[in-house]
Amino acid sequence: MLTLEKRPQPSKALSYITPVLAVIVTMIAGGLLFAALGKDPVVAIRTIFWEPLFGEFASYYRPQLLVKGGPLILIALGLSLGFRAGIWNIGAEGQYIIGAICGAGVALAFYPLDAWYIFPLMVIAGALGGWAWAMIPAILKVKFGTNEILVSLMLVYVAEQLLASMALGLMKNPEGYGFPGSRNLQQYPAAFNGELIAGTGMHWGVAAAFIAAIFSYILLNRHILGFQIRLTGEAPRAAKFSGVKPARLVLICMGVAGALAGMAGMFEVAGPSGQITLSFNVGYGFTAIIVAFLGRLHPVGIILAGLLMALTYIGGDVAQSRLQLPAAAIQMVQGMLLFFLLAVDVLTNYRIKMTKREVA
Amino acid sequence: MKMKKRSFLAGTAMALGLAATGAWAQDDKVKVGFVYVGPINDGGWTQHHHESALKMVETIGADKVDMVYQENVAEGPDSERAMTQMALEGADLIFTTSFGYMDPTINVAAKFPNVKFEHATGYKTAPNVSAYSARFYEGRAVMGTIAGRMTKSNIIGYIASVPIPEVVRGINSSYIHAKKVNPDVQFKVIWLYTWMDPAKEADAARTLIEQGADVIFQHTDSTAPLAAARDAGNVIGFGQAGDMIEYAPSPRVSSIIDNWEPYYTSRVKAVMDGTWESHNVWEGINTGMVGIGEITSAVPAEVKAEAEALQASIESGEYHPFTGPLKKQDGSDWLAEGETADDGTLAGMNFYVEGIDAELPN
Repeated sequence: MLTLEKRPQPSKALSYITPVLAVIVTMIAGGLLFAALGKDPVVAIRTIFWEPLFGEFASYYRPQLLVKGGPLILIALGLSLGFRAGIWNIGAEGQYIIGAICGAGVALAFYPLDAWYIFPLMVIAGALGGWAWAMIPAILKVKFGTNEILVSLMLVYVAEQLLASMALGLMKNPEGYGFPGSRNLQQYPAAFNGELIAGTGMHWGVAAAFIAAIFSYILLNRHILGFQIRLTGEAPRAAKFSGVKPARLVLICMGVAGALAGMAGMFEVAGPSGQITLSFNVGYGFTAIIVAFLGRLHPVGIILAGLLMALTYIGGDVAQSRLQLPAAAIQMVQGMLLFFLLAVDVLTNYRIKMTKREVA
Repeated sequence: MKMKKRSFLAGTAMALGLAATGAWAQDDKVKVGFVYVGPINDGGWTQHHHESALKMVETIGADKVDMVYQENVAEGPDSERAMTQMALEGADLIFTTSFGYMDPTINVAAKFPNVKFEHATGYKTAPNVSAYSARFYEGRAVMGTIAGRMTKSNIIGYIASVPIPEVVRGINSSYIHAKKVNPDVQFKVIWLYTWMDPAKEADAARTLIEQGADVIFQHTDSTAPLAAARDAGNVIGFGQAGDMIEYAPSPRVSSIIDNWEPYYTSRVKAVMDGTWESHNVWEGINTGMVGIGEITSAVPAEVKAEAEALQASIESGEYHPFTGPLKKQDGSDWLAEGETADDGTLAGMNFYVEGIDAELPN
């Protein structure tokens, strides 16, 4: 019979292969699901995973991959630092919202002034906003030993209330006929985070995501702080003996994650979204958690995972409107991705062994 | 920053190139897209748009119309992508059925001048973008009359969704007409900041009932408030968006029904005939966009007759639910004797009328 035997060391090769395996298993299971719904599974899977990249309108969809993937990657990179050290910031969604509010706040305060320094100020404000929001669970954890998972998660709901209050009050567009929502920053050139090169989908937020990936890679591989983060995650006791200060690490990891999430929110509100509205946040902060793990908490992996996740969103939308697949089926496929990744992860840490049934 | 603006324009130009290939890649069937904010079986807003869309296809004929839809589309950039996708795939007419799709609709429409767009409940239009909305406040006037007559505690509870003018109009219209038939009525308003959340709606209904309300209005889409009213007993309410007939004859004593089918049919036909033009319309009981559900036996005959008479006078255009003399909540004059509110003021209504003892969230 088959039994699982723990590997002395997690398999390095398999840790690269399992994400690919998870995608393949997801495609198969997703195909079965679509077949059960009466759709051609091959067409459905091809529509989701192939059409946006190489289909008829790929020239529109490919840039959209960056637009959708950019914030996911930026947030996931920040989260991955903490996750490596066993610091669980689940509230990136809230930090993303606060970053957007702060960034938009700066823009709206200067409106309609046209000056070069407005956009950089917005970036700083967005990062600071996200950082400050993340500092709440971080400081509470360091000072009072509270659980950062709970506190950061609960602060998402507080941030949503703040967002609503901004959309309905302080930041409401005075020319909006009483409707909720701020001015549209897309119509305010000094604050607009538009495409850097037309038709590429590349805006400052996407650029920031790639820059952050490079820094994150250097930090983890070449810097003493990166070493401490990895050490704390892998061997907390050893980390303590080697002089790592856990409190400092909590503050740094939460702070970086918050700042990056805040920046992602700011780039989004100044660009693709354009407005502070009641429904501004669409779950990037939560999806980024999946992206971080799907990318193996590794900067390059996170970029690939972010793009893959974006692909399932965009391809999922194409499949929805072209094949009239229900939205819930698409969401199930996205959920399966993480589910199967966790499932096949068993192979990284365990090996399958044939054993003979023992006779009692 | 100037650079950026230029590159944005260039991006638009490129998309125009795409549009030329997309919009005309079609056969003789007219292709109509619908973008929905919720799931198609939400029992409320989205479901009624979808059902109306399906009826439109039935009326015109499935051999002439090709209907596509996308549900659960988040407002913002995701909706922009959904619309672009439909336009690229050859849609001739796209209905975007949530207020939050307004700016995205305008953005996408600018890139696809040959595709027609119809945005629900907003105020922005363009040569290829129409705005359409329903005068739900007309229905609220009828419900308000019933509420004013039926309440024994003289306390009427109102579960409000999101503080936009449409909801404020509904509260005002209900209050004015309840007060007209019962000068002692008081309104208690709870804002939920959501259009649909059964748990919150039930909580709100129970809170209002505990505060003495025996009539519950709702501007949220689930049946949870009616369920709470039934559990409490001796409390009535009204169907919202749908008929919610399963709660008749009581607590559901009547309802305001969204019926978009006549509008959808006429607009799709207009595209087929080549007579489509951009407009900003606001239709009410008279065209059937606002339907009034059957008034049940739980309502005394004379109250029913009074409500139906009001409905008839609104339908014929003889009576406008916002007719002076009316004052604003702060006591300042709004409408003089016999004066009726203009659509501009109604569209942006962000104040309560005099007598409502509540504060508008700001």
